[in-house]
Amino acid sequence: MGIGGSDMYRQQILDHYKNPRNYGEIEEATFTHVGENPMCGDTIEMDVVLDDDEEAIERVAFRGDGCAISQASASMLSEQLAGMSVADLEEMDRDDVVDMLGVDISPMRIKCAVLAEKVAQDGAEIYFGEKDVDRTTTEDDEE
Amino acid sequence: MGLSESEPLDTSAIRDDFPILEREFRGEQLVYLDNAATSQTPDQVVDNIAHYYRNTNANVHRGLHHLSQEASIAYEEAHDRVAEFIGAEGREEVVFTKNTTESMNTVAYAWGLAELGPGDEIVLTEMEHHAALVTWQQIAKKTGAEVKYIRVDDEGYLDMDHARELITDDTEMVSVVHVSNTLGTINPVTEIGEIAHDNDALYFVDGAQSVPHMPVDVQDIDADFFAFSGHKMCGPTGIGVLYGKEHLLEEMQPYLYGGMMIEKVTYEESTWHELPWKFEAGTPPISEGIALAEACDYLDDIGMERVRRHGEELAEYAYDRLSEFEDINILGPGGDDRSALVSFNLDGVHAHDASEILNEYAVAVRAGDHCTQPLHDKLGVSSSTRASFYIYNTKAEVDKLIDALDEARQLFA
Ligand SMILES: Cc1ncc(COP(=O)(O)O)c(C=O)c1O
Repeated sequence: MGIGGSDMYRQQILDHYKNPRNYGEIEEATFTHVGENPMCGDTIEMDVVLDDDEEAIERVAFRGDGCAISQASASMLSEQLAGMSVADLEEMDRDDVVDMLGVDISPMRIKCAVLAEKVAQDGAEIYFGEKDVDRTTTEDDEE
Repeated sequence: MGLSESEPLDTSAIRDDFPILEREFRGEQLVYLDNAATSQTPDQVVDNIAHYYRNTNANVHRGLHHLSQEASIAYEEAHDRVAEFIGAEGREEVVFTKNTTESMNTVAYAWGLAELGPGDEIVLTEMEHHAALVTWQQIAKKTGAEVKYIRVDDEGYLDMDHARELITDDTEMVSVVHVSNTLGTINPVTEIGEIAHDNDALYFVDGAQSVPHMPVDVQDIDADFFAFSGHKMCGPTGIGVLYGKEHLLEEMQPYLYGGMMIEKVTYEESTWHELPWKFEAGTPPISEGIALAEACDYLDDIGMERVRRHGEELAEYAYDRLSEFEDINILGPGGDDRSALVSFNLDGVHAHDASEILNEYAVAVRAGDHCTQPLHDKLGVSSSTRASFYIYNTKAEVDKLIDALDEARQLFA
Protein backbone atom coordinates (compact mmCIF):
# COMPACT_ATOMS: atom_id res chain seq x y z
CA MET A 1 0.00 0.00 0.00
CA GLY A 2 1.21 3.41 -0.96
CA ILE A 3 1.05 5.60 2.10
CA GLY A 4 4.02 5.42 4.44
CA GLY A 5 2.29 5.55 7.79
CA SER A 6 -0.26 7.92 9.10
CA ASP A 7 0.06 11.65 9.51
CA MET A 8 -1.51 11.44 12.92
CA TYR A 9 0.89 8.75 14.00
CA ARG A 10 4.26 10.36 13.46
CA GLN A 11 7.22 8.70 15.01
CA GLN A 12 7.16 10.93 18.07
CA ILE A 13 3.61 9.98 19.01
CA LEU A 14 4.26 6.31 18.50
CA ASP A 15 7.48 6.54 20.48
CA HIS A 16 5.71 8.12 23.45
CA TYR A 17 2.90 5.58 23.19
CA LYS A 18 5.21 2.60 23.12
CA ASN A 19 7.70 4.01 25.65
CA PRO A 20 5.71 6.32 27.88
CA ARG A 21 7.84 8.75 29.92
CA ASN A 22 7.16 9.22 33.62
CA TYR A 23 4.85 6.23 33.68
CA GLY A 24 4.08 5.11 37.20
CA GLU A 25 3.30 6.58 40.60
CA ILE A 26 4.76 9.19 42.91
CA GLU A 27 3.88 8.36 46.50
CA GLU A 28 4.65 11.81 47.88
CA ALA A 29 2.58 13.59 45.21
CA THR A 30 1.11 16.94 46.17
CA PHE A 31 -2.08 15.94 44.38
CA THR A 32 -3.44 13.09 42.31
CA HIS A 33 -6.30 13.29 39.87
CA VAL A 34 -8.01 10.94 37.44
CA GLY A 35 -10.01 11.51 34.28
CA GLU A 36 -11.59 9.65 31.46
CA ASN A 37 -12.80 10.07 27.95
CA PRO A 38 -16.03 8.06 28.00
CA MET A 39 -16.37 7.94 24.24
CA CYS A 40 -13.12 6.01 23.81
CA GLY A 41 -12.68 4.54 27.26
CA ASP A 42 -9.34 6.36 27.67
CA THR A 43 -8.28 6.91 31.28
CA ILE A 44 -5.41 8.93 32.74
CA GLU A 45 -4.42 9.18 36.39
CA MET A 46 -1.77 11.75 37.21
CA ASP A 47 0.43 12.44 40.24
CA VAL A 48 1.87 15.94 40.50
CA VAL A 49 4.58 17.19 42.85
CA LEU A 50 4.65 20.96 43.44
CA ASP A 51 7.62 22.90 44.75
CA ASP A 52 7.66 24.24 48.30
CA ASP A 53 5.94 27.50 47.32
CA GLU A 54 3.31 25.56 45.44
CA GLU A 55 3.85 27.80 42.46
CA ALA A 56 5.66 25.49 40.07
CA ILE A 57 5.48 21.85 39.10
CA GLU A 58 8.48 19.76 39.97
CA ARG A 59 7.56 16.34 38.75
CA VAL A 60 4.69 14.44 37.20
CA ALA A 61 3.90 10.76 36.83
CA PHE A 62 0.91 9.17 35.15
CA ARG A 63 -0.67 5.86 34.41
CA GLY A 64 -3.48 5.09 32.08
CA ASP A 65 -5.05 3.10 29.41
CA GLY A 66 -6.42 3.98 26.00
CA CYS A 67 -5.61 5.04 22.50
CA ALA A 68 -2.20 6.17 21.28
CA ILE A 69 -3.22 9.82 21.10
CA SER A 70 -4.41 9.99 24.70
CA GLN A 71 -1.46 8.10 26.14
CA ALA A 72 1.22 9.82 24.05
CA SER A 73 -0.30 13.15 24.96
CA ALA A 74 -0.03 12.29 28.67
CA SER A 75 3.56 11.17 28.25
CA MET A 76 4.59 14.31 26.38
CA LEU A 77 2.72 16.52 28.81
CA SER A 78 4.42 14.86 31.77
CA GLU A 79 7.76 16.03 30.36
CA GLN A 80 6.53 19.48 29.49
CA LEU A 81 4.93 20.12 32.88
CA ALA A 82 8.14 19.57 34.85
CA GLY A 83 9.33 23.08 35.66
CA MET A 84 6.18 24.81 34.45
CA SER A 85 4.39 27.26 36.75
CA VAL A 86 0.93 26.34 37.96
CA ALA A 87 -0.32 29.59 36.44
CA ASP A 88 0.99 28.51 33.02
CA LEU A 89 -0.66 25.11 33.39
CA GLU A 90 -3.98 26.77 34.08
CA GLU A 91 -3.50 28.91 30.96
CA MET A 92 -3.00 25.93 28.66
CA ASP A 93 -5.66 25.24 26.06
CA ARG A 94 -6.27 22.76 23.29
CA ASP A 95 -4.09 24.64 20.82
CA ASP A 96 -1.13 24.24 23.13
CA VAL A 97 -1.81 20.51 23.28
CA VAL A 98 -2.05 20.21 19.51
CA ASP A 99 1.22 22.18 19.20
CA MET A 100 2.86 19.88 21.68
CA LEU A 101 1.75 16.79 19.76
CA GLY A 102 2.97 18.34 16.53
CA VAL A 103 0.38 16.66 14.31
CA ASP A 104 -3.05 17.49 12.99
CA ILE A 105 -5.64 15.98 15.28
CA SER A 106 -8.94 15.12 13.65
CA PRO A 107 -11.99 16.67 15.33
CA MET A 108 -13.20 13.27 16.47
CA ARG A 109 -9.97 12.69 18.38
CA ILE A 110 -9.41 16.05 20.04
CA LYS A 111 -10.91 14.78 23.29
CA CYS A 112 -8.33 12.01 23.38
CA ALA A 113 -5.59 14.59 22.88
CA VAL A 114 -6.68 16.99 25.63
CA LEU A 115 -7.55 14.44 28.32
CA ALA A 116 -4.18 14.61 30.09
CA GLU A 117 -4.13 18.40 30.03
CA LYS A 118 -7.65 18.51 31.53
CA VAL A 119 -6.67 16.06 34.24
CA ALA A 120 -3.63 18.15 35.20
CA GLN A 121 -5.63 21.38 35.19
CA ASP A 122 -8.56 19.97 37.14
CA GLY A 123 -6.18 18.33 39.59
CA ALA A 124 -4.52 21.70 40.29
CA GLU A 125 -7.83 23.55 40.55
CA ILE A 126 -9.23 20.99 42.95
CA TYR A 127 -6.07 21.14 45.04
CA PHE A 128 -6.32 24.93 45.28
CA GLY A 129 -10.01 24.73 46.10
CA GLU A 130 -11.18 26.32 42.86
CA LYS A 131 -13.13 23.33 41.66
CA ASP A 132 -14.95 20.34 43.07
CA VAL A 133 -15.18 17.21 40.93
CA ASP A 134 -14.26 13.58 41.58
CA ARG A 135 -13.26 12.67 38.06
CA THR A 136 -12.57 14.71 35.01
CA THR A 137 -14.46 13.70 31.92
CA THR A 138 -13.94 15.15 28.49
CA GLU A 139 -17.72 15.02 27.94
CA ASP A 140 -17.98 18.05 30.19
CA ASP A 141 -15.52 19.89 28.00
CA GLU A 142 -17.31 23.02 26.86
CA GLU A 143 -14.42 24.74 25.11
CA MET B 1 -36.85 -11.49 -9.52
CA GLY B 2 -34.24 -11.68 -12.23
CA LEU B 3 -32.05 -14.52 -11.12
CA SER B 4 -32.74 -17.73 -9.30
CA GLU B 5 -32.15 -17.62 -5.57
CA SER B 6 -29.26 -20.06 -5.77
CA GLU B 7 -27.06 -17.87 -7.93
CA PRO B 8 -24.66 -15.57 -6.14
CA LEU B 9 -24.94 -11.80 -6.29
CA ASP B 10 -23.43 -9.95 -9.19
CA THR B 11 -21.51 -7.48 -7.05
CA SER B 12 -20.04 -5.64 -10.01
CA ALA B 13 -23.49 -4.95 -11.46
CA ILE B 14 -24.70 -3.90 -8.01
CA ARG B 15 -21.73 -1.58 -7.55
CA ASP B 16 -22.82 0.33 -10.65
CA ASP B 17 -25.87 1.43 -8.66
CA PHE B 18 -23.65 2.98 -5.97
CA PRO B 19 -21.41 5.66 -7.50
CA ILE B 20 -20.26 6.69 -4.03
CA LEU B 21 -18.16 3.52 -3.97
CA GLU B 22 -15.97 5.04 -6.71
CA ARG B 23 -14.78 7.77 -4.39
CA GLU B 24 -11.08 7.98 -3.74
CA PHE B 25 -9.25 9.49 -0.82
CA ARG B 26 -5.63 10.40 -1.48
CA GLY B 27 -5.51 7.93 -4.33
CA GLU B 28 -7.05 5.03 -2.45
CA GLN B 29 -10.48 3.80 -3.50
CA LEU B 30 -13.07 3.74 -0.76
CA VAL B 31 -13.64 0.38 0.91
CA TYR B 32 -16.90 0.92 2.75
CA LEU B 33 -17.21 -1.55 5.62
CA ASP B 34 -19.44 0.46 7.96
CA ASN B 35 -22.76 -0.86 6.71
CA ALA B 36 -24.09 -1.87 10.11
CA ALA B 37 -24.06 1.84 10.95
CA THR B 38 -25.52 3.04 7.66
CA SER B 39 -25.67 1.37 4.27
CA GLN B 40 -25.06 3.21 1.02
CA THR B 41 -28.00 4.30 -1.11
CA PRO B 42 -28.47 3.03 -4.67
CA ASP B 43 -29.26 5.35 -7.57
CA GLN B 44 -32.76 3.89 -7.76
CA VAL B 45 -33.54 5.21 -4.28
CA VAL B 46 -31.76 8.53 -4.81
CA ASP B 47 -33.69 8.98 -8.08
CA ASN B 48 -36.92 8.12 -6.31
CA ILE B 49 -36.33 10.92 -3.81
CA ALA B 50 -35.40 13.40 -6.55
CA HIS B 51 -38.45 12.38 -8.57
CA TYR B 52 -40.71 12.90 -5.59
CA TYR B 53 -39.44 16.42 -5.00
CA ARG B 54 -39.46 17.29 -8.69
CA ASN B 55 -42.92 15.91 -9.44
CA THR B 56 -45.05 15.13 -6.43
CA ASN B 57 -44.01 17.13 -3.38
CA ALA B 58 -46.97 18.17 -1.18
CA ASN B 59 -48.29 17.46 2.26
CA VAL B 60 -50.27 14.28 2.80
CA HIS B 61 -53.77 13.46 4.06
CA ARG B 62 -54.70 17.13 3.80
CA GLY B 63 -55.10 18.70 0.45
CA LEU B 64 -57.68 17.95 -2.14
CA HIS B 65 -55.39 19.07 -4.93
CA HIS B 66 -53.64 16.72 -7.34
CA LEU B 67 -50.19 16.81 -5.79
CA SER B 68 -51.45 16.17 -2.30
CA GLN B 69 -53.55 13.27 -3.54
CA GLU B 70 -50.62 11.74 -5.38
CA ALA B 71 -48.28 12.22 -2.43
CA SER B 72 -50.87 10.74 -0.02
CA ILE B 73 -51.44 7.68 -2.15
CA ALA B 74 -47.71 7.07 -2.64
CA TYR B 75 -47.05 7.55 1.07
CA GLU B 76 -49.88 5.26 2.12
CA GLU B 77 -48.91 2.61 -0.42
CA ALA B 78 -45.36 2.71 0.91
CA HIS B 79 -46.81 1.29 4.14
CA ASP B 80 -48.35 -1.57 2.14
CA ARG B 81 -45.04 -2.28 0.45
CA VAL B 82 -43.15 -2.35 3.73
CA ALA B 83 -45.86 -4.56 5.27
CA GLU B 84 -45.35 -7.02 2.43
CA PHE B 85 -41.57 -6.87 2.85
CA ILE B 86 -41.72 -8.06 6.47
CA GLY B 87 -44.80 -10.27 6.26
CA ALA B 88 -47.19 -7.99 8.17
CA GLU B 89 -50.94 -8.24 7.55
CA GLY B 90 -51.23 -4.75 6.12
CA ARG B 91 -50.61 -1.05 6.51
CA GLU B 92 -52.52 -0.94 9.82
CA GLU B 93 -49.57 -2.74 11.37
CA VAL B 94 -46.83 -0.54 9.90
CA VAL B 95 -46.07 2.77 11.61
CA PHE B 96 -43.45 5.01 10.03
CA THR B 97 -41.09 6.55 12.57
CA LYS B 98 -37.74 8.29 12.40
CA ASN B 99 -35.66 5.17 13.14
CA THR B 100 -35.44 2.00 15.22
CA THR B 101 -34.82 4.07 18.32
CA GLU B 102 -38.04 6.04 17.90
CA SER B 103 -39.95 2.83 17.22
CA MET B 104 -38.65 1.43 20.50
CA ASN B 105 -39.53 4.62 22.38
CA THR B 106 -43.02 4.64 20.90
CA VAL B 107 -43.83 1.30 22.51
CA ALA B 108 -41.90 2.10 25.67
CA TYR B 109 -43.90 5.29 26.21
CA ALA B 110 -47.26 4.37 24.73
CA TRP B 111 -47.44 0.91 26.26
CA GLY B 112 -44.70 0.74 28.92
CA LEU B 113 -45.46 3.91 30.85
CA ALA B 114 -49.16 3.10 30.92
CA GLU B 115 -48.96 -0.58 31.78
CA LEU B 116 -45.85 -1.19 33.88
CA GLY B 117 -45.46 -0.83 37.62
CA PRO B 118 -43.60 -2.19 40.63
CA GLY B 119 -43.32 -5.99 40.51
CA ASP B 120 -43.35 -6.07 36.72
CA GLU B 121 -40.27 -7.25 34.89
CA ILE B 122 -38.77 -6.37 31.54
CA VAL B 123 -36.41 -8.97 30.12
CA LEU B 124 -33.67 -7.86 27.74
CA THR B 125 -30.41 -9.49 26.69
CA GLU B 126 -26.87 -8.52 27.61
CA MET B 127 -26.26 -7.82 23.92
CA GLU B 128 -29.03 -5.23 23.51
CA HIS B 129 -28.28 -2.05 21.61
CA HIS B 130 -28.63 1.14 23.66
CA ALA B 131 -31.79 1.85 21.65
CA ALA B 132 -33.53 -0.87 23.66
CA LEU B 133 -31.34 -1.01 26.76
CA VAL B 134 -31.41 2.67 27.69
CA THR B 135 -35.05 3.07 26.73
CA TRP B 136 -36.36 0.19 28.86
CA GLN B 137 -33.96 1.05 31.67
CA GLN B 138 -35.45 4.54 31.85
CA ILE B 139 -39.04 3.30 31.57
CA ALA B 140 -38.26 0.92 34.43
CA LYS B 141 -37.00 3.82 36.54
CA LYS B 142 -40.15 5.81 35.81
CA THR B 143 -42.56 2.94 36.55
CA GLY B 144 -40.81 0.96 39.28
CA ALA B 145 -40.52 -2.07 37.00
CA GLU B 146 -37.31 -4.10 36.97
CA VAL B 147 -35.01 -4.90 34.03
CA LYS B 148 -33.35 -8.32 33.77
CA TYR B 149 -30.79 -9.41 31.21
CA ILE B 150 -30.51 -12.78 29.50
CA ARG B 151 -26.86 -13.82 29.77
CA VAL B 152 -24.54 -13.95 26.78
CA ASP B 153 -22.24 -16.97 26.98
CA ASP B 154 -18.51 -17.06 26.27
CA GLU B 155 -19.03 -17.75 22.60
CA GLY B 156 -21.45 -14.89 22.12
CA TYR B 157 -24.72 -16.83 22.14
CA LEU B 158 -27.69 -16.22 24.39
CA ASP B 159 -27.90 -18.64 27.31
CA MET B 160 -31.34 -20.07 26.59
CA ASP B 161 -31.56 -21.88 29.94
CA HIS B 162 -31.08 -18.53 31.58
CA ALA B 163 -33.78 -17.08 29.30
CA ARG B 164 -36.21 -19.76 30.49
CA GLU B 165 -35.29 -18.97 34.08
CA LEU B 166 -35.67 -15.21 33.74
CA ILE B 167 -38.92 -15.08 31.80
CA THR B 168 -41.72 -15.75 34.28
CA ASP B 169 -45.26 -14.72 35.14
CA ASP B 170 -43.85 -11.41 36.33
CA THR B 171 -42.41 -10.65 32.91
CA GLU B 172 -44.48 -8.12 30.99
CA MET B 173 -42.10 -7.38 28.12
CA VAL B 174 -39.31 -9.33 26.44
CA SER B 175 -37.23 -7.20 24.10
CA VAL B 176 -34.52 -8.94 22.11
CA VAL B 177 -32.16 -7.92 19.35
CA HIS B 178 -32.61 -10.18 16.31
CA VAL B 179 -29.00 -9.85 15.11
CA SER B 180 -26.37 -8.37 17.40
CA ASN B 181 -24.72 -5.32 15.85
CA THR B 182 -21.56 -6.07 17.84
CA LEU B 183 -21.25 -9.85 17.96
CA GLY B 184 -22.98 -10.72 14.70
CA THR B 185 -24.95 -13.39 16.59
CA ILE B 186 -28.27 -14.36 15.00
CA ASN B 187 -30.57 -14.94 17.95
CA PRO B 188 -33.24 -17.68 18.07
CA VAL B 189 -36.04 -15.13 18.06
CA THR B 190 -38.87 -17.57 17.35
CA GLU B 191 -37.93 -19.74 20.32
CA ILE B 192 -37.62 -16.73 22.63
CA GLY B 193 -41.01 -15.51 21.44
CA GLU B 194 -42.58 -18.82 22.46
CA ILE B 195 -41.12 -18.50 25.95
CA ALA B 196 -42.36 -14.91 26.19
CA HIS B 197 -45.87 -15.80 25.07
CA ASP B 198 -46.04 -18.90 27.30
CA ASN B 199 -45.60 -16.42 30.14
CA ASP B 200 -48.10 -13.91 28.73
CA ALA B 201 -45.41 -11.33 28.09
CA LEU B 202 -45.32 -9.06 25.07
CA TYR B 203 -42.44 -9.57 22.68
CA PHE B 204 -40.44 -6.86 20.92
CA VAL B 205 -37.78 -7.77 18.37
CA ASP B 206 -35.15 -5.21 17.32
CA GLY B 207 -34.65 -5.99 13.66
CA ALA B 208 -32.27 -3.14 12.80
CA GLN B 209 -29.56 -5.61 11.75
CA SER B 210 -31.78 -8.41 10.44
CA VAL B 211 -34.21 -6.80 8.01
CA PRO B 212 -31.39 -5.42 5.81
CA HIS B 213 -29.65 -8.79 5.62
CA MET B 214 -32.12 -11.67 5.56
CA PRO B 215 -35.69 -12.56 4.71
CA VAL B 216 -37.79 -11.62 7.73
CA ASP B 217 -41.38 -12.63 8.43
CA VAL B 218 -42.73 -10.98 11.56
CA GLN B 219 -45.62 -13.44 11.73
CA ASP B 220 -43.28 -16.45 11.61
CA ILE B 221 -41.34 -14.91 14.47
CA ASP B 222 -44.66 -14.08 16.15
CA ALA B 223 -43.26 -10.76 17.34
CA ASP B 224 -45.79 -8.43 18.93
CA PHE B 225 -43.61 -5.49 17.96
CA PHE B 226 -40.72 -5.27 15.54
CA ALA B 227 -38.50 -2.31 14.65
CA PHE B 228 -35.95 -1.41 11.99
CA SER B 229 -34.36 1.57 10.21
CA GLY B 230 -34.43 2.54 6.52
CA HIS B 231 -30.86 3.83 6.45
CA LYS B 232 -29.35 0.41 7.06
CA MET B 233 -31.19 -1.22 4.15
CA CYS B 234 -30.47 1.00 1.13
CA GLY B 235 -33.08 3.53 2.20
CA PRO B 236 -32.64 7.12 3.35
CA THR B 237 -32.09 8.37 6.89
CA GLY B 238 -35.07 9.80 8.75
CA ILE B 239 -37.34 6.81 8.23
CA GLY B 240 -37.84 3.84 10.51
CA VAL B 241 -40.58 1.32 11.02
CA LEU B 242 -42.56 0.11 13.99
CA TYR B 243 -44.48 -3.04 13.26
CA GLY B 244 -47.14 -3.93 15.82
CA LYS B 245 -49.89 -6.51 15.87
CA GLU B 246 -53.07 -4.68 14.96
CA HIS B 247 -55.03 -5.48 18.12
CA LEU B 248 -52.13 -4.25 20.28
CA LEU B 249 -51.69 -1.00 18.39
CA GLU B 250 -55.45 -0.59 18.54
CA GLU B 251 -55.43 -0.86 22.34
CA MET B 252 -52.45 1.44 22.82
CA GLN B 253 -52.77 5.16 23.33
CA PRO B 254 -50.77 7.39 20.98
CA TYR B 255 -47.22 8.40 21.88
CA LEU B 256 -47.08 11.74 20.05
CA TYR B 257 -50.04 14.05 19.74
CA GLY B 258 -50.90 16.71 17.19
CA GLY B 259 -52.14 17.01 13.67
CA MET B 260 -52.71 14.07 11.32
CA MET B 261 -53.20 11.57 14.13
CA ILE B 262 -56.65 12.82 15.15
CA GLU B 263 -60.15 12.02 13.98
CA LYS B 264 -62.22 14.67 15.74
CA VAL B 265 -61.11 17.53 17.96
CA THR B 266 -63.05 19.87 20.22
CA TYR B 267 -61.70 22.27 22.84
CA GLU B 268 -62.30 19.55 25.40
CA GLU B 269 -61.71 16.22 23.70
CA SER B 270 -60.00 14.48 20.81
CA THR B 271 -60.38 11.10 19.21
CA TRP B 272 -57.76 9.25 17.23
CA HIS B 273 -57.40 8.51 13.57
CA GLU B 274 -57.34 4.89 12.42
CA LEU B 275 -54.16 2.79 12.29
CA PRO B 276 -51.39 3.39 11.50
CA TRP B 277 -51.94 7.17 11.37
CA LYS B 278 -52.80 7.30 15.05
CA PHE B 279 -49.07 6.87 15.69
CA GLU B 280 -47.84 9.30 13.03
CA ALA B 281 -48.38 12.77 14.46
CA GLY B 282 -47.53 15.82 12.40
CA THR B 283 -46.16 15.90 8.86
CA PRO B 284 -44.46 12.53 8.40
CA PRO B 285 -41.23 11.67 6.52
CA ILE B 286 -43.05 11.51 3.20
CA SER B 287 -40.32 11.20 0.60
CA GLU B 288 -38.30 9.03 2.98
CA GLY B 289 -41.23 6.64 3.40
CA ILE B 290 -41.80 6.40 -0.33
CA ALA B 291 -38.07 5.89 -0.87
CA LEU B 292 -38.06 3.11 1.72
CA ALA B 293 -40.61 1.26 -0.39
CA GLU B 294 -38.25 1.71 -3.34
CA ALA B 295 -35.43 0.25 -1.23
CA CYS B 296 -37.64 -2.79 -0.52
CA ASP B 297 -38.13 -3.19 -4.28
CA TYR B 298 -34.40 -2.88 -4.84
CA LEU B 299 -33.58 -5.56 -2.28
CA ASP B 300 -36.35 -7.88 -3.44
CA ASP B 301 -35.09 -7.60 -7.00
CA ILE B 302 -31.77 -8.93 -5.80
CA GLY B 303 -33.52 -11.46 -3.57
CA MET B 304 -33.21 -11.40 0.20
CA GLU B 305 -32.04 -15.02 0.35
CA ARG B 306 -29.11 -14.07 -1.86
CA VAL B 307 -28.49 -10.91 0.15
CA ARG B 308 -28.26 -13.10 3.22
CA ARG B 309 -25.91 -15.61 1.67
CA HIS B 310 -23.61 -12.90 0.34
CA GLY B 311 -23.32 -11.18 3.72
CA GLU B 312 -22.75 -14.41 5.58
CA GLU B 313 -20.11 -15.55 3.09
CA LEU B 314 -18.22 -12.29 3.44
CA ALA B 315 -18.46 -12.46 7.23
CA GLU B 316 -17.14 -16.02 7.20
CA TYR B 317 -14.32 -15.06 4.86
CA ALA B 318 -13.40 -12.07 7.04
CA TYR B 319 -13.60 -14.24 10.15
CA ASP B 320 -11.29 -16.84 8.62
CA ARG B 321 -8.77 -14.29 7.41
CA LEU B 322 -8.75 -12.40 10.72
CA SER B 323 -8.36 -15.71 12.55
CA GLU B 324 -5.04 -16.28 10.79
CA PHE B 325 -3.49 -13.76 13.16
CA GLU B 326 -2.81 -14.58 16.77
CA ASP B 327 -2.87 -10.93 17.78
CA ILE B 328 -6.44 -10.46 16.60
CA ASN B 329 -9.29 -11.25 18.99
CA ILE B 330 -12.70 -11.61 17.40
CA LEU B 331 -15.87 -10.97 19.41
CA GLY B 332 -18.79 -13.34 18.99
CA PRO B 333 -19.52 -16.68 17.37
CA GLY B 334 -17.60 -18.67 14.75
CA GLY B 335 -17.37 -17.70 11.13
CA ASP B 336 -20.05 -20.00 9.78
CA ASP B 337 -22.67 -18.80 12.22
CA ARG B 338 -22.83 -15.04 12.09
CA SER B 339 -24.50 -12.29 10.18
CA ALA B 340 -22.66 -9.84 7.93
CA LEU B 341 -20.22 -8.30 10.40
CA VAL B 342 -17.09 -9.02 12.41
CA SER B 343 -15.90 -7.02 15.44
CA PHE B 344 -12.37 -7.51 16.67
CA ASN B 345 -9.40 -6.05 18.49
CA LEU B 346 -5.78 -6.01 17.40
CA ASP B 347 -3.47 -6.53 20.40
CA GLY B 348 -1.71 -3.37 21.48
CA VAL B 349 -3.67 -1.12 19.16
CA HIS B 350 -6.71 0.73 20.47
CA ALA B 351 -9.75 0.40 18.19
CA HIS B 352 -9.74 4.12 17.50
CA ASP B 353 -6.11 4.01 16.45
CA ALA B 354 -6.78 0.99 14.26
CA SER B 355 -9.71 2.61 12.53
CA GLU B 356 -7.75 5.82 12.05
CA ILE B 357 -4.96 3.88 10.32
CA LEU B 358 -7.50 1.95 8.23
CA ASN B 359 -8.96 5.28 7.21
CA GLU B 360 -5.57 6.25 5.82
CA TYR B 361 -6.13 3.45 3.33
CA ALA B 362 -9.72 4.57 2.75
CA VAL B 363 -11.04 1.51 4.58
CA ALA B 364 -14.10 2.75 6.47
CA VAL B 365 -14.90 0.79 9.63
CA ARG B 366 -16.51 1.60 12.94
CA ALA B 367 -14.54 1.79 16.16
CA GLY B 368 -15.97 2.21 19.62
CA ASP B 369 -18.59 0.41 21.64
CA HIS B 370 -21.18 0.36 18.82
CA CYS B 371 -23.88 1.43 21.28
CA THR B 372 -23.40 -1.75 23.32
CA GLN B 373 -21.30 -0.36 26.15
CA PRO B 374 -22.39 -2.80 28.88
CA LEU B 375 -21.64 -5.71 26.54
CA HIS B 376 -18.12 -4.38 25.95
CA ASP B 377 -17.66 -3.95 29.70
CA LYS B 378 -18.74 -7.54 30.19
CA LEU B 379 -16.31 -8.72 27.54
CA GLY B 380 -13.57 -6.73 29.29
CA VAL B 381 -12.77 -4.45 26.37
CA SER B 382 -13.43 -0.73 26.15
CA SER B 383 -14.06 -0.81 22.44
CA SER B 384 -13.69 -2.82 19.26
CA THR B 385 -13.23 -2.34 15.55
CA ARG B 386 -16.15 -3.51 13.42
CA ALA B 387 -16.16 -4.39 9.74
CA SER B 388 -19.69 -4.82 8.42
CA PHE B 389 -20.64 -5.89 4.93
CA TYR B 390 -23.38 -5.42 2.41
CA ILE B 391 -24.41 -6.42 -1.08
CA TYR B 392 -21.68 -4.44 -2.87
CA ASN B 393 -18.72 -5.62 -0.80
CA THR B 394 -16.23 -8.15 -2.11
CA LYS B 395 -13.63 -10.55 -0.80
CA ALA B 396 -10.98 -8.30 -2.38
CA GLU B 397 -12.19 -5.56 -0.05
CA VAL B 398 -11.82 -7.88 2.93
CA ASP B 399 -8.25 -8.50 1.74
CA LYS B 400 -7.64 -4.75 1.69
CA LEU B 401 -8.89 -4.58 5.27
CA ILE B 402 -6.42 -7.30 6.25
CA ASP B 403 -3.56 -5.52 4.47
CA ALA B 404 -4.38 -2.19 6.07
CA LEU B 405 -4.55 -3.89 9.48
CA ASP B 406 -1.09 -5.20 8.83
CA GLU B 407 0.08 -1.62 8.30
CA ALA B 408 -1.41 -0.71 11.67
CA ARG B 409 0.26 -3.70 13.27
CA GLN B 410 3.65 -2.69 11.87
CA LEU B 411 3.26 0.95 12.81
CA PHE B 412 2.56 -0.02 16.39
CA ALA B 413 5.01 -2.91 16.60
C1 LIG C 1 -29.31 -3.62 16.69
C2 LIG C 1 -29.58 -2.17 16.56
N1 LIG C 1 -30.64 -1.62 17.17
C3 LIG C 1 -30.93 -0.33 17.05
C4 LIG C 1 -30.15 0.51 16.31
C5 LIG C 1 -30.53 1.96 16.25
O1 LIG C 1 -30.86 2.34 14.98
P1 LIG C 1 -31.20 3.88 14.71
O2 LIG C 1 -29.96 4.63 15.11
O3 LIG C 1 -31.45 3.93 13.25
O4 LIG C 1 -32.36 4.23 15.54
C6 LIG C 1 -29.04 -0.01 15.64
C7 LIG C 1 -28.14 0.81 14.81
O5 LIG C 1 -27.47 1.73 15.15
C8 LIG C 1 -28.75 -1.37 15.78
O6 LIG C 1 -27.68 -1.91 15.19
